[in-house]
Amino acid sequence: MSQVPAELKYAKSHEWARLLPDGRVEIGITDHAQQALGDLVFVEVPETGRVLEAGAACAVVESVKAASDVYAPIAGTVVEGNAELAATPELINQDCYGRGWLIRVQPDSHAALDALLTPEAYAAVLASAEA
Amino acid sequence: MNQTLEKSIFEYSQPGRGAFAQHPPGDDAAALEALPPALRRRTPPRLPEVSELDAVRHFTRLSQLNFSIDTNFYPLGSCTMKYNPKACNQYAMLPEFLARHPLAPDTQGQGFLACMFELQEMLKDVTGMKAVSLNPMAGAHGEFAGVAMIRAYHRARGDLARNEIIVPEAAHGTNPATATMCGCVVKEIPVDAQGDVDLEALAKAVGPNTAGIMLTNPSTLGVFERKIEAVAKLVHGAGGLLYYDGANLNAILGKVRPGDMGFDVIHMNLHKTFSTPHGGGGPGAGAVGVSARLEPFLPVPVVGREGAAYRWLSEAERPQSIGRLSAFMGNAGVLLRAYVYMRMLGHEGMSRVGEFATLNANYLMVRLKEAGFDLAYPTRRASHEFIITLKRQARELNVTAMDVAKRLLDYGFHAPTTYFPLLVPECLLIEPTETESRETLDAFIEAMVAILGEAQTDAARLKGAPYTMPVRRLDDVRAAKQLELTWKPVNSAV
Repeated sequence: MSQVPAELKYAKSHEWARLLPDGRVEIGITDHAQQALGDLVFVEVPETGRVLEAGAACAVVESVKAASDVYAPIAGTVVEGNAELAATPELINQDCYGRGWLIRVQPDSHAALDALLTPEAYAAVLASAEA
Repeated sequence: MNQTLEKSIFEYSQPGRGAFAQHPPGDDAAALEALPPALRRRTPPRLPEVSELDAVRHFTRLSQLNFSIDTNFYPLGSCTMKYNPKACNQYAMLPEFLARHPLAPDTQGQGFLACMFELQEMLKDVTGMKAVSLNPMAGAHGEFAGVAMIRAYHRARGDLARNEIIVPEAAHGTNPATATMCGCVVKEIPVDAQGDVDLEALAKAVGPNTAGIMLTNPSTLGVFERKIEAVAKLVHGAGGLLYYDGANLNAILGKVRPGDMGFDVIHMNLHKTFSTPHGGGGPGAGAVGVSARLEPFLPVPVVGREGAAYRWLSEAERPQSIGRLSAFMGNAGVLLRAYVYMRMLGHEGMSRVGEFATLNANYLMVRLKEAGFDLAYPTRRASHEFIITLKRQARELNVTAMDVAKRLLDYGFHAPTTYFPLLVPECLLIEPTETESRETLDAFIEAMVAILGEAQTDAARLKGAPYTMPVRRLDDVRAAKQLELTWKPVNSAV
């Protein structure tokens, strides 16, 4: 079973969002997503300053099986992309909720986080896909 | 099998050794004198020095390491390599074809031009399109030509806002790439649980900016798009055009025509469906067919006939053409093989390709379902291919689609396509093609049943497969990341 940490918010398209103490939001892909993709070989993150709409493609993750878009769970402006992933995309496989984060954004509104899935709701999405 | 790996030919090299009987005639020193000194290289090229026999053995052994359609069942199907009758190649290799210079005047290439004209006519007939151009040299090239024609059509009408191409999520990855290359914006729409296009989503997606829709039918999910007429009506009603991706033409050959379904433009992978080995990155041919309104925009040159004479038609006759996409007219050898293939099959034979491709797929699908495999679309009939999902086995037995694919090699079968389409988890996409016998299909089913048994009793056996190949599991990650593959001597400073 894949891990769904209790302190994060989720999108149906298998991204997670974490509110950082400074008000920015960290975004990555879930354990389920990294398992489904398999070993990652390339990651492309957006440049700093890019304005993201909620639901828009914001990064690309490529594994030995497939290349997939990552969708921004909330609207905001990119303040940082994870530079470590260019040389070591496997960080996403090893630690998708930690060192494998993709981008940090300044959200347009923190209320948007409340509209995302709770860990329970995301776990239910995974369970229904398994059935 | 069970061969050992073959060394690189450089590792057989011994200074001074060579295949002197194969040396080109003439005086090397005199030939060198004719070259200006500035153009001569200062260091000799690093070429292997081997005898003729060493070279013959090396390449023969390499060929024996291949898992090929000439030796084994290959359920990747027309997607990669269906069986191509040897006669097609034999006739395309006639010396009169091989020795013809592409710049020879029309009057001296009437035989070749006649073949190309007839190929255009036969492709029109089998697809139901108004006109055909043989120019594009690959499937993606044909797609590019198709979308470029759609854009040219709207532009010629002064309809400049139309820059959106709709692509269903079950589409080939090349479709959104093509649309983007042509300067369009891609709008993705979902498919429903049965694998058909979601008409409600399509109705919302079309509008005054719609340039067109790109569809594969049967889709990559291995099912026929049943709502195609409603899709055509919606898109045409909004002023857009329909593009048919010919990747899965094998399934409907001689049975259903894209022109009759309402498509305005289609590309055909002559190297998949019409008898050229494909999948090795070799030359291809992505002929395009169009409805009447797109005919003026076809890439040039095309072959025309006046009385009994054939000639090239180019920009002078087709001023609205999107232009030339290849030197001369595409890959002549691939086009000739397609011509011979279609002439050998004829009308009736062409329908039998579609019938047997579909019958073989449905036979395999039903038997594998009875044997306990889960179908991705259990309520649907297969087209020329179908999908099984090992999601349940992955969860319950920790056996993945890749494990089954690797184990099949030990049983003497090439693996089917794995992990595509992306919509279906842990999937195998199986395409037997029309040329396989009942006995071969039954042997494949037996192997799949045996592997399913192993999955239940000895999953570790699958995890370690293959055992009988020259190599075991390959390092996919390293293959994707390490792109520099040039051979270098072990002790070289270079």
